[in-house]
Amino acid sequence: MKIAVLVKQVPDTETKIVINANKNGIDESNIKYIVSPYDEYAIEEAIKIGGETTVISMGPDRCIESIRTALAMGIQKAIHIDTQGKSYDSYQTAAALAKVIKDGGFDLVLTGKQGIDYDNGQVTQMAAELSGASQVMVIDKLTINGDKAKVERRIAGGSKEVYESGFPLFLGCEKGLNTPRYASLPGIMKAKSKPIEKKSADELLGGATALVEFTNFELPPERAAGKRIEGEPPQQAAQLVKLLREEAKVI
Amino acid sequence: MPNYDLTPEQMLLKNTVRDFAEKEIKPVRLELDRKEEFSYELTGKMFDLGLFGVTCSPEYGGQGMDYLSYIIVVEELARIDGCQAATVAAGNSLGIGPLYYFGSKEQKEKYLPPLCSEKKLWGFGLTEPNAGSDAGNSKTNAILKDGQWIINGSKIFITNSANEMSAGVTVQAITDTKDNGKKEISCIIAEQSCKGLTAKAMKNKMTWRSSNTAELYFDDVTVPEGNLLGKRGDGFKQMLQTLDSGRLAIAAMGLGGAQGAFEEALKYSKERIAFGKPISSFQINAFKLVDCATEIEAARSLLYRACWLKDQGRAFSKEAAMSKVYCSEVFYRVANHCVQLHGGYGLMEEYPAAKYYRDQKLLDIGEGTSEIQRLVIARYLDCF
Repeated sequence: MKIAVLVKQVPDTETKIVINANKNGIDESNIKYIVSPYDEYAIEEAIKIGGETTVISMGPDRCIESIRTALAMGIQKAIHIDTQGKSYDSYQTAAALAKVIKDGGFDLVLTGKQGIDYDNGQVTQMAAELSGASQVMVIDKLTINGDKAKVERRIAGGSKEVYESGFPLFLGCEKGLNTPRYASLPGIMKAKSKPIEKKSADELLGGATALVEFTNFELPPERAAGKRIEGEPPQQAAQLVKLLREEAKVI
Repeated sequence: MPNYDLTPEQMLLKNTVRDFAEKEIKPVRLELDRKEEFSYELTGKMFDLGLFGVTCSPEYGGQGMDYLSYIIVVEELARIDGCQAATVAAGNSLGIGPLYYFGSKEQKEKYLPPLCSEKKLWGFGLTEPNAGSDAGNSKTNAILKDGQWIINGSKIFITNSANEMSAGVTVQAITDTKDNGKKEISCIIAEQSCKGLTAKAMKNKMTWRSSNTAELYFDDVTVPEGNLLGKRGDGFKQMLQTLDSGRLAIAAMGLGGAQGAFEEALKYSKERIAFGKPISSFQINAFKLVDCATEIEAARSLLYRACWLKDQGRAFSKEAAMSKVYCSEVFYRVANHCVQLHGGYGLMEEYPAAKYYRDQKLLDIGEGTSEIQRLVIARYLDCF
């Protein structure tokens, strides 16, 4: 089975986000980048299934670090779709990925349920659609039996949905699917000699540019200080109900 | 200009060990310390990660990385827990090191793979109850008789040597006394299972409480003549070389510990409110934090350069001794500030500040005291 893992490089979850001077993005100068945590479940699942595994990442040169992490964990080879300083939206990213995935003849495409930077959660679905493949998102269980995959996803109310699908198939992975391994030291050394193929996003997209453009970024307003309710319990309760009704307007 | 970037492999390694230490060690470090318990589980996981045999050739099960990579491993472990860092540093520098550098091909093929990848630990038996800094005064002796070494004596403070993973020890022994009274010192390999070898775990430690420290007793321990490590009479030289490299790892423990204690101090200082403001905003505290951050940067530059010298195959003994004494003492100052900034909570074992403070002290003493490091450096300055 040929498996592709789509990996996105994102700012570390502990990054203090600073908006750039043009207010159309974030200041990237002091950011530590990591593999988007949900993508780690996809990497682990691909390694567990085995077969021919390829990690694909689209972005600037720095995302080679994330590719190396996937290779050090145990993925066999890599494709880096270089954005060469340009920005692409979810659709164009999906279009470029779909082209590479179709050309590569992959049976199974695993990725995180969403990137934890912009949280758009749409590239996987669009790429699946553009490749003419099936897709199930937010899965936490996968069993492959011959030419069929059985997947499970949790839905509201504690129930789960069970799907069965043929290939090619795109799956968006959720926490709980597995426990991602650490990149071991021998793995890091082996990754040195694993091939990273380079492709140009611009060429794959025939020069097409982003359809969506960011015009303004704002930080969320700072949380106001809490309110302390004084008095005896009966008065506190009355005061609380009053505030919930009149100020918070939730009851 | 020098290049200060880590290689892609060193970056990956730093991330992976930091991630491991945060997720696997941090949640249990204080409890293991309180119970004075050596963790087989964590040690096993550290083997799985490939933290033993970092610089050893893959031919013997090692990772074949450079020395700076190893130092980064120790630094990142020590940032969270000096005890686990100690298990790894002793495993690499003292257990695997001498066998790898001085062993014959047969000895390496026999002893190294289990120590690199089969979850076995090895000790380096040097210090004796009455011979520490004056290692040349050791009493343990080995007599060659009928093609076998018969070892008698005792060793103390031997890391990794009294637990279920302990597979053996490289023991330094007097193998002859010349007519002029000069002792011939050699290193001999003794497996843990040897008859007459007793290992006793040392308890009630102030420091490194969840690392394994042993007293070893040799009572007519008999091993084949071929268990001699390297050449007869080379024991003292081998010991000095082992300690030269080992000092870099102890320095890494100082650097990593200082980094960890500093991060705790900074976090707490920003959270703790006194007189209506975070205590970090009082200049007297801010300046303490500034001094910590600055000294840590200086310590890292010194240590990494010493590693760079070693990786280039150049002389590094002086810089190793400087790194060991400086990083240990930076850790002392940072741990002290860390406890002070925590106030009363700094005195409570529920906070990691106290553990950093206690764990630091070993570094002024182990693998050559700060006094001995200064002696080594003074010799390079032609002071005597």
